[in-house]
Amino acid sequence: MQISVTVNGAVHTNDVEPRVLLTDYLRRILGLTGTHMGCDTTSCGVCTVLLDGTPVKSCTVFAVQANGRSITTVEGLRQDGALSAVQRGFKQEHGLQCGFCTPAMMLVGTALLERNPDPSEDDVRWAISGNLCRCTGYMNIIKAIQWAANERRTAEGLPEQRTVSLDQPQEVTA
Amino acid sequence: MTTTAEPPSLSTPESIGGIGHSRRRVEDDRFVQGAGHYVDDIVLPGMLYMAILRAPMAHAKIVSIDTTEAAALPGVVAVVTGDLLAQHKLAWMPTLSGDTEAVLATDKVRFQGQEVAAVVAEDPYVAWDALDLIDVTYEQLTPVVTPQQALAPGAPLIRDDKEGQTDNRCYSWESGDKAATDAAFAQADVVVSLDTHYPRSHPSPLETCGCVADVNPATGQATIYMTSQAPHVHRTLFAIVAGLPEQNIRIVSPDIGGGFGNKVPIYPGYVVATAASLLIGRPVKWVETRTENLISTGFARDYHMHGELALTRDGKMLGLRVNMVSDNGAFMADAQPTKFRAGLFHIVTGSYDLPAAHVVTEGAYTNKAPGGVAYRCSFRVTEASYLIERLVQNAAYELGIDPAELRLRNFIKPEQFPYTSATGFVYDSGNYGVGLQKALDTVGYDELRNEQQRARADGRLIGIGIASFTEVVGAGNHKDFDIAGIKMFDSAELRVHPTGKAILKLGVKSQGQGHETTFAQIVANELGIPAGDITVQEGDTDNTPYGLGTYASRSTPVGGAATAVIARKLRDKAKLVAAHLLEAAPEDLDWEPGRFHVRGAPDRSVTIQDVAFAAYTNPPEGVEAGLEGVHYYDPPNMTYPFGSYVVVVEIDPQTGQWHVRRMVALDDCGVRINPMIVEGQIHGGLTEGYAMSSMQFITFDEDGNCIGSNFMDYLIPTAWETPRFELLETVTPSPHHPIGAKGIGESATVGSPAAYVNAVIDALAHLGVRNIDMPVTPARVWAALQAVSSGSGRG
Repeated sequence: MQISVTVNGAVHTNDVEPRVLLTDYLRRILGLTGTHMGCDTTSCGVCTVLLDGTPVKSCTVFAVQANGRSITTVEGLRQDGALSAVQRGFKQEHGLQCGFCTPAMMLVGTALLERNPDPSEDDVRWAISGNLCRCTGYMNIIKAIQWAANERRTAEGLPEQRTVSLDQPQEVTA
Repeated sequence: MTTTAEPPSLSTPESIGGIGHSRRRVEDDRFVQGAGHYVDDIVLPGMLYMAILRAPMAHAKIVSIDTTEAAALPGVVAVVTGDLLAQHKLAWMPTLSGDTEAVLATDKVRFQGQEVAAVVAEDPYVAWDALDLIDVTYEQLTPVVTPQQALAPGAPLIRDDKEGQTDNRCYSWESGDKAATDAAFAQADVVVSLDTHYPRSHPSPLETCGCVADVNPATGQATIYMTSQAPHVHRTLFAIVAGLPEQNIRIVSPDIGGGFGNKVPIYPGYVVATAASLLIGRPVKWVETRTENLISTGFARDYHMHGELALTRDGKMLGLRVNMVSDNGAFMADAQPTKFRAGLFHIVTGSYDLPAAHVVTEGAYTNKAPGGVAYRCSFRVTEASYLIERLVQNAAYELGIDPAELRLRNFIKPEQFPYTSATGFVYDSGNYGVGLQKALDTVGYDELRNEQQRARADGRLIGIGIASFTEVVGAGNHKDFDIAGIKMFDSAELRVHPTGKAILKLGVKSQGQGHETTFAQIVANELGIPAGDITVQEGDTDNTPYGLGTYASRSTPVGGAATAVIARKLRDKAKLVAAHLLEAAPEDLDWEPGRFHVRGAPDRSVTIQDVAFAAYTNPPEGVEAGLEGVHYYDPPNMTYPFGSYVVVVEIDPQTGQWHVRRMVALDDCGVRINPMIVEGQIHGGLTEGYAMSSMQFITFDEDGNCIGSNFMDYLIPTAWETPRFELLETVTPSPHHPIGAKGIGESATVGSPAAYVNAVIDALAHLGVRNIDMPVTPARVWAALQAVSSGSGRG
């Protein structure tokens, strides 16, 4: 079946079997290996990509379902030739260790900041709750996304983020 | 060794970035761009894909395997069975703990999920299709699902393949002094006992296991890209298993998506893919699914433990007695030093000055997945730490002494180090009381106890759990520690180039620990070369010195020590070159980070970069040219990180749901090379401790079917459940480690489960509850509450 998919701004036309998963299409046919496969049951989220700007788990989407639509993978996160605020935030706040969940986490973080430029700790926890991480315990991922939110707000001349520091001994409401 | 509340002052400026700097990670640049290079990202010309057919039942005789239809499917290149492997003497392989394991089953299957056949095809989807076309006839045998069943008289023999094996015992081993312990118990006023099961858990790194095997039929050269925490040991085992000349085998462990012990063993899939590549003459990729990872690769724990602690009425600990039975599954396929059959479980005396202890352990084969890997743990320290910390907490209730106070009274005192424990460990350094007190002060312990009392009066359930753990990490020395006979040293090769830039090559292998960043900092600290000028390489056996790999928190204690020592050796040589350049005697030179100067004349100096250049362009007479070297470090002792964790929980009495209000974690891992990375490691470990205590476990039905074979049944905490952590530190350097570091990767996984569980038990202690086995699910808490309210006694 012939499909035409816009991936990171470039249009790709391919003949694929209807059963091919979007993850496999991206990884094996397009060679975009930044999207990972972790559980093949929609549970771990390391295969997350943005489909028309919305995070989806690409192990549970057929490639043919992406026909005519637009996909962003980690390879498309750079902006104007430089790392995006979210990418820089993950390095700055030590939001990754083995790096396997990182592309998905950054895509979810990017989508979150598009709809909520000033997320609270709970906002971030909820947004990334479909994505597992075995290394970090999530705290530094939350800090990374909030760091990026601040960067973006500063770039736009908005005030500093309202969110309190995670280092304060404050009880979790989650 | 003195303990400090704050880290020592920095010995290098940020421009050099030595020890103590929270340097941002160099590996992140590729990871945040999706340019990490994991095994499944590797594509080679002509590469084929392999899928494995697995046993649908736990214990069954294989009557026949018909592969005709599968082999005929278009796109299928080969179907591999155990009989085919047996023709090449590859149907069985040795494990890293001296047992044997089936590669593909030939006689019978011994656990659900065992490897039975493999299909190699042009396309992975076709390989999976073909598995459905293999027809296996089984004759079901009685499954043996628990170690109690396995060790009962008359139990079906699981390992009938092993000559001389007449029952399901896989080892028995003891430690300590029985007579002294019996005498201590005879004097005791109080004996507290606890039976608890540390349940079967699975490390489940988000990247599953896999390989790309590329055997070149023309040259006989085998390159195997593999998810390996120990590539050098794996190369040697491959040479032994496959009979290939070791110089023709190259194991490459690329970026690894988490390991946690799961990627220490050699799995049948690696061997089958290599054999298939050898026979077919094309590269073969095998990457397991999550279900395959959970049902067949190295699980962890599954220790059935009985502990007894003897005390005087006023709370002096006299002795400890432990009986433990481990469920090892169908093959003993963990990695274990030959000398210690239950790993380092005998560190079970923990942080306490216990004059007598006796530990008896026994392992059983069962019809369950093989392994028993140390999941983020140094050879079973996790189970030991859990047992003693649970026992101590229960002893406090029995004696009516506050649990913190009981610990403070019995800690090994700072002046007792080095301390020889009743089971034979020599603790290098520690200062337990200061750490616990700091954690208690931070959490506001006394006020919390008051709040707990008030809450109880209102029918609310608040609990405060403590765990004051001591780990033993960083194996060897070589006399006591080996893996499959290979002594546990580790190595570092440092090459300082003429322009003053350097490459460091290591025998260990990061799976996310940040070695490329931290090991460069060690060199920067010793040689004054900026960390950014030092590249760290590891994982490629053709390109790195031999080492035992990364697990058991051994990279910093052993590989880090090797790095510091080789850097110091090169600095000694650099001094000779510097003396030559400065026309001074070497003994008249002083070192400051990055520079030698003539004593008393700081202007007469040369930089390390000048010296490096001269080492190649202008070496002094009688000194070998170059500035390169390799060191193999054999540690004089293990290191003993420690800490105190305090958890505050509140339980909903209606549902049994518990919620972590505070998690205060004080860790002392000696000198911290990169505090940011250390804290990241602690966060991860505290999360895995929370996971094991609250939700993570692999269980089986009575037929040996694995319940927990995917992430919908095997629960891993998300960001929503995971508590927020508050970290504290003290610094008590290891006296025998070149930079005073101890290792931190596993402390929090080792120490925290008992803290979480103790907190839940503490909330229920006034009702008489003394134990709920992990995972402490809401259902189990609710059941314990029901039991006490219906008057049926202790849970």
